[in-house]
This record gives sequence, C-alpha cells and structure tokens, in this order.
Amino acid sequence: MTEPLSFEKSRPKASAPRLPDAGVTAPDPSQLLHADQLRKEAPGLPQLSEPEIMRHYSRLASMNYSISEQFYPLGSCTMKYNPVVNELAAAMPGFAGLHPYQEEDTVQGALELMWRLEQALCAVVGVEKVTLQPAAGAHGEWTALRMIKAFHHSRGDTRTEVLVPDSAHGTNPASAALSGFHVVEVKSGPDGRISLPDLESKLSGQVAALMLTNPNTLGLFEREILDIAEMVHATGAMLYYDGANLNAFMGICRPGDMGFDAVHMNLHKTFTTPHGGGGPGAGPVGVKAELVPFLPTPTVERTNGHFALDFKRPQSIGRVRSFYGNFGMLVRAYSYIVAMGGDGLTQASRDAVLSANYLRKQVEDDLEMPHEGPCMHEFVASAQNLAHQGVRALDVAKALLDRDFYAPTIYFPLVVPEAIMVEPTETESKASLDAFAGAIKEIVAQAKTSPQDLHDAPKNLPVGRLDEVAAARRINAYLQGQSDDPVLRWKPPEK
Amino acid sequence: MLEAIGVQSMDDLLIDIPKSLRIKALDLPAGLSEYETLSQISTLAARNRVFPDRLTFRGGGVYRRFIPAAVAAVTSKPEFYTAYTPYQPEASQGTLQAIFEFQTLIAELTALDVANASLYDGATAVAEAAMMAHVQTGRNEVVVAGYVHPEYVEVLRGFSEGRGIKVRRGTEPGPNTAAVIFQQPDFLGLLVDARTLTERAHAVGALAIACVDPISLAILAPPGEYGADIAVGEGQQLGLSPSYGGPHVGFISCRKELVRRLPGRLIGTAYDKQGRRGFNLALAAREQHIRREKATSNICTNHSLCALAASVYMTYMGPRGMRQVAEVSFKRAHSLAERLAAIPGWEPAFPDRQFVNEFPMRVANAPALVRRLARKGILGPLQMNRWFRELKGVVTFTCTEVNDPLALDELVEALQS
Repeated sequence: MTEPLSFEKSRPKASAPRLPDAGVTAPDPSQLLHADQLRKEAPGLPQLSEPEIMRHYSRLASMNYSISEQFYPLGSCTMKYNPVVNELAAAMPGFAGLHPYQEEDTVQGALELMWRLEQALCAVVGVEKVTLQPAAGAHGEWTALRMIKAFHHSRGDTRTEVLVPDSAHGTNPASAALSGFHVVEVKSGPDGRISLPDLESKLSGQVAALMLTNPNTLGLFEREILDIAEMVHATGAMLYYDGANLNAFMGICRPGDMGFDAVHMNLHKTFTTPHGGGGPGAGPVGVKAELVPFLPTPTVERTNGHFALDFKRPQSIGRVRSFYGNFGMLVRAYSYIVAMGGDGLTQASRDAVLSANYLRKQVEDDLEMPHEGPCMHEFVASAQNLAHQGVRALDVAKALLDRDFYAPTIYFPLVVPEAIMVEPTETESKASLDAFAGAIKEIVAQAKTSPQDLHDAPKNLPVGRLDEVAAARRINAYLQGQSDDPVLRWKPPEK
Repeated sequence: MLEAIGVQSMDDLLIDIPKSLRIKALDLPAGLSEYETLSQISTLAARNRVFPDRLTFRGGGVYRRFIPAAVAAVTSKPEFYTAYTPYQPEASQGTLQAIFEFQTLIAELTALDVANASLYDGATAVAEAAMMAHVQTGRNEVVVAGYVHPEYVEVLRGFSEGRGIKVRRGTEPGPNTAAVIFQQPDFLGLLVDARTLTERAHAVGALAIACVDPISLAILAPPGEYGADIAVGEGQQLGLSPSYGGPHVGFISCRKELVRRLPGRLIGTAYDKQGRRGFNLALAAREQHIRREKATSNICTNHSLCALAASVYMTYMGPRGMRQVAEVSFKRAHSLAERLAAIPGWEPAFPDRQFVNEFPMRVANAPALVRRLARKGILGPLQMNRWFRELKGVVTFTCTEVNDPLALDELVEALQS
C-alpha cells in the first residue's frame, strides 16, 4: 500500500478552515504595501478537508516502524522505550506556554528544572558544569570543540589538530572540521580498541583534543582509558567524550573519572526523549573546571534560592543556538531521571549490558564475531560468513524488516566489513531478544538454502528496495538542467 | 540470562572496566512512582507564570498563534514520534513521505527550488546558509544588513569563527563578500528593501540570504520572487508551542545551483523493482556519516517531528488559511499601532517604515510599563535596548490572530490607566 502525496490529493474546492476575522478596522496589506513588496502568486500548498488530512497522516503513520510497535536494535542509537509520562510532563501548560523572553521572576520553575537537570547530568557523568543549549549530539560535539579551542587560545596556544579514531561516528570528524581543526585519524588495534602505539605517534603539541567514545563503537570498553588520558594530557591536549554510548555504564563508572574533560550526552538516546523520526534531540555538554569559563551563554545559576540566567561570562564562546536549548526535551529527560532515580539509572545500564551480552551469545554461532567479548551495551557482528552465498549485511537487514524487526545499524563502524551493529537496550524483554535471535538464525539458514529470497527482501512492506543509483541519476539530470523532475520535491504535472 | 551467557555474575561482564573507576552508586535520589514524578514536575510548572495567548503581545522570534488540534493529534502518534531517523527506507515511508511533503511546502512558500528536511532553529539555519555561501563563492566575509535577530547573529559569529569567516555589519558588500544576510521583516518587525539588498549582493558576485517569517510569506513577496539565493527561517509559528524557546524548527531552501551545498538530510523519490514510488534519503554523499570531515555540515539528528508539525499546520491551513491568518495579524497589528500612537507621549519608532504584524514604538520608561502590564496579566512588549544600545526606549509589540479585538482594548486600557 502506498499513499498519494497531500499535493496529489489536493482539491481546489476543499473549503478553507474557519479562522477568526480581524474584527478591527484597518487597511489591507495591498492598501499599505507597495506592489513590489507583495506576493504575486499564492504558494502551492495543498487544499484538503480536516478528515482527509487526518486520514492521510494516519496512513503515513501506519507505514513506519517505531519503538511503539517494533524492536529497534539500532546500534549506537539507543532506541529504548520512551515513557509516555514524559510527554505529559512536557505538554504541561506551565512549560509549553512559556515565552523565552519572559522576565526571570515568571519562569523560576523552568530555570529550576534546567538547574536540577544540570545537577543530575553532572552526577551521572562526573563533571563540574553542564550547558543544556546544544540541540543534538553533533551540535554538542561542535560546542565542546569550540570550548576546547577557546581554552587553548586563552593560553596563547594555537593547536590545529583533533585526533579521531577510525571507528568514530561520522559526526566527530565533521564537527572537528567545522570548528576549524585538521582531523587526524587514529587506528584501532586488532582487538578493536584504539591502538596506543598509533595514538602515541600522532600526539604532539599541535593536538588540541582526542575525541573518543567509550565503550567504543564496537561496544568494547577501552580498558586502557586511564593510560590514554594520561598520554593525551601529558601533551597538553584535552580528552573529549562522545556520549552516544553513555547507556553502557550509568552508575557503574563515569567519563569524568576516566579523565575526560568535556562530555556530550544525547538526551534522545540515554535519557529517553523520543527520537521523532530524526529529532528534535538534545545534546548537553558537561565540562571539567578548566573549561567552565568557556561555556555558552547564558548559563543557569542559583543564588539564595533564586534562579537566574547569567549572560556576563567574558570568556564564553557565546550562544550556540537561539534561546536556551530544546527546553521541551529537557523536561522529558528530567522526568525520566526523576522517575528512575540513581538506582533506576544504574539498573538500566546493567540491564542494557546484560541484554547485549545475552543476545550476542544467542547469535554467535550464526554470524561472525570479529572481537572477543564481553561487550558492553552493544556488539558488532559481521555477515562476512555469508559472503560466499552472496549474502550481505544489507540482505540480513532487509530480511529482518520482513520479520517485523527494525534492522540493526549496518556497515558501521567502518573497521568491520559487513558490520551488523546490535544494541538491544534494557527495555526489551528476554522474549523479544529470543525472537530476534530466532529471526537471525532463520535468515542465516535461508542464506544457505535460498539466498535469492534474501536479495528480494523486504516483501512485506509498502515498498521494496528502492533504486538509489537511479534516484541519484535522476537528481543529477535535474541539477544539470536535463530534466524537469526535481526528485527532491513534488511539482504539479505540466498542463 | 547470566547462565546462558556463561558467566557467574554481572561483574564478569564489566570486567574490562578498571576497578579504580567503578563507583558505588550515583549521587542522585532514589526513583519515584509515576504519580510522584508528575507531582514533582507539576510543582515546578506551577512556579512559572503563563500568560494567556490573547494577552501576549511579545514576539522577538517566538509567537503565539492558533494551533489546530490536528497538529498534536498527528505528532502524538507514536509511529511518528518514536521512530528513528529513516535509515531503512522500506520501514520508514511514513516519516520519509511526510518530510518530502515538508520540503515541498517550504519550497513553495519561499518560491525556491529545493528545501531540506529541517535544521535546529532559525539561528543555526542562518549560520548554515552562510557556510553554504562561503563554500560556494570561496569568499571569507558575510555582511549582515540591518536588524537581524541578535541571537541569530551571535550563533552565526560562532559558526563563522571555526571556518575563518568574518561577520561584518553593513549594507555594502565588497569583492570578498560571500553573502549579504537580511531578515524580512527584521527583528523590529520592519520591512527591509529585500530587492535592493539582493541586487547589491549579486552585483559583487555574492549570494543573497533572506531570513524570513513563514506566515508573512502568505502576503509578502517570497525570496524566490526577488531573486534571493537561499531562504532560511524559524518555523515555530507553523504549529509549535513557545515551550520556552524550543524545540522549534529551522528551515532552509535554495536555488537549484546550490542544492549540493545544502546541509543535512534531503529526501527524494525513488522506485522499487515493481515500479512503486517510494521516498529515500538523497544526495547522502554530502553528509557526515559518509563524507566525515569533508561533509557540508556536521548535522545528524535534525528536527523531523517539528517539521512534521509544520507540515500538518500548512496542510491544514492551505493557501487561503495561511493568507487569512497573515491578514488578520496584519490588520490587528496596524489597528493597535494606530491606537498606541495616539497615546500621549507614544510614537512609532520608525514612522516611515512598513511592517506586517510586529512593530516598534518609542515610549517613556519601558521597564515600568512592562511591569505594570504584567500586573494586569498582560505579557507586554519586548525592550530592544537589551540588545541594541541605540534603541533605548524602543519596544516592539506583536499581534496575531490570537489577540482578539477585546484583548487589544484591554491592552490599550491598561496602558492608559
């Protein structure tokens, strides 16, 4: 089943929604504004009745897999259940109805919530202070790198390089480059962990920071993290923590204690704010004392029980987005932390590790496990063993979709060929882990008997595999003026 | 489960973590029941003061508007809000098609060729557009013309610093100018001469970047009509609550020639073997997960669900609804401006300039006035000297379709008493 676009369903005769009349005597725009300032042609928005609109979106909703219906073992993305109570909290008129430029004495509750969230995040990751402003993880990375740059500059030190492991998320090198750094890659060793000799060879007085996630993207804890921190700090560089994998050890250990100087957190991963089909998220950054002066403005401060926004921070890097961050997401994350408490968060991480190791064990005879366990909250398998049947990680992913599972992350990290990265999270039952393992076994058996069926998957979804190569060709043709089909938007058919 | 794994205890699974790093417990209170959680959070919510929509006359980038019930009914569908970024297109057609529709809606509204899947907010949208211009022209300066939202400019400065780009205020671009950036209407609500600024940018080979108010585009000439190369803006007014400043949604659209420089996600059509049309991530080779340090932007998670809200809003309104909302706001604002100008001691701050639904007035003792209104339950105007020293005594009022005629009477009465 596919659904036509709203534009294709548009009926010019559909009645416009009933809206208030002006109710005042005043001139029309056309009487006051010059013809040059006025829009000549109305925008081509669709015209539909409310029932048509609601049905349209209900049909679209039914074409999505989501946490609410499927197991979503998407490695690195921590797709855990999003408690519905968080939605109630964020929708309270006392939060949703606040204008960002209200006077401070009218938003004490909002500021207190931000302050308390900050305190809680500091406790979880072991840092001095947190900014809640960044809108997403990548935004947090970039914010932290700018603080690190400002810190070095304040000491008359113009370092130009940022080290990034070859197993890192793509956002790491992208954020470093956008902050004006030259990116230098550090290799992983055969055990999947960062290679200390390679790190040693790349460290110098030019290095501003090493960006690291721990556990790394292979789900392995960097055992030598304390040595790594010492080596990095010895050269005057800073250690940056990519918080994508924070769900592995809340209440077990803390990045701050490992020697990380700046830490970003994805509230839409670890702290259950819903992912929304690609955001909005929130990517707060926590820092140790040395970086505190450089935090974005404003910060939230408490003096004598009164909460205030502090804009007077002379060494600050300035703001990184408008207003104070994705406040609605902060409310949701705070609600989660209050409900879970220190004990609940610790249990969540322990269960996440348990689930990942259990699932890893269940499929270790079916797929290759390039690295030795135990793993932390996720593991990376490889479909390399199916290669001689002509079956690839992509085929496994698509066959899982047909079995009503969302697919794991595939072809990442880049250091594992045919990678299948599985993160079950703590909110899945043993039964759903077993069902997933059963599906993997079925697919691997099918790879041996009828690989062609796997190439044809998925068959049970609104569309089959889409031809990306042809789509890219059509876009090229449009961009080069050889075709009128814009591909990236709808256009009315030529009359 | 431990037995199945083949270990004795949880600690066996955590063996790679150095002993010295292990902590006993988190320094946080114990967990609470759902009832207790909500009651604690309600207490915080109750410490905020929420002004009624109709008595809110403050804007400055975030506005009170009527939000059709359809918006929340759609965005609260868990199939939308609990889905991930659509990396598996066959299982994400709902999100992909909705965002494709969003791209088309924004392209239509701004009269430009292609829009992306969304950005964080208006501020980062301005900054990303400036980066596009820098890469496209190879030049190292952007010119900010007039009263562009001060927070947008601050964010732009931060982005520019990393790329070694200079941000200059003025209206005269030079040979090293990558782009002229202006806001229409500007931060004070006033219309700028978008055509002339665009022509000036083009005359020196720079791009013109228009930061626009999406509702105003139902009335005002859209960027594509006067030749701007990139349009950006804040989409909060398209169905999103103020929520103390976020999450909202940034949008960006551009001419065809610039499409490869666009930051973030783009959705396009694609076909399966049976010839069925579907939707998929397109031109992904611009993005960080493929291109890493050479990507056009580092953005990954964007504001998909907010873009969905904006799509539902625009689809609900249609061209006539959008125009009605914009016109009602225009008329009420002009009626209010006239009544305020009649108050002794009050005058329009820029009497020769046109506006849509936000306008600056010069008043005596603005802080006292705002306090007095607050006592009467009215969220009064925004004081401009917070950002611009030269605008001491200037405040901006906003009127939309939620400020009914009686609310205008109440405001004027409160000011005269």
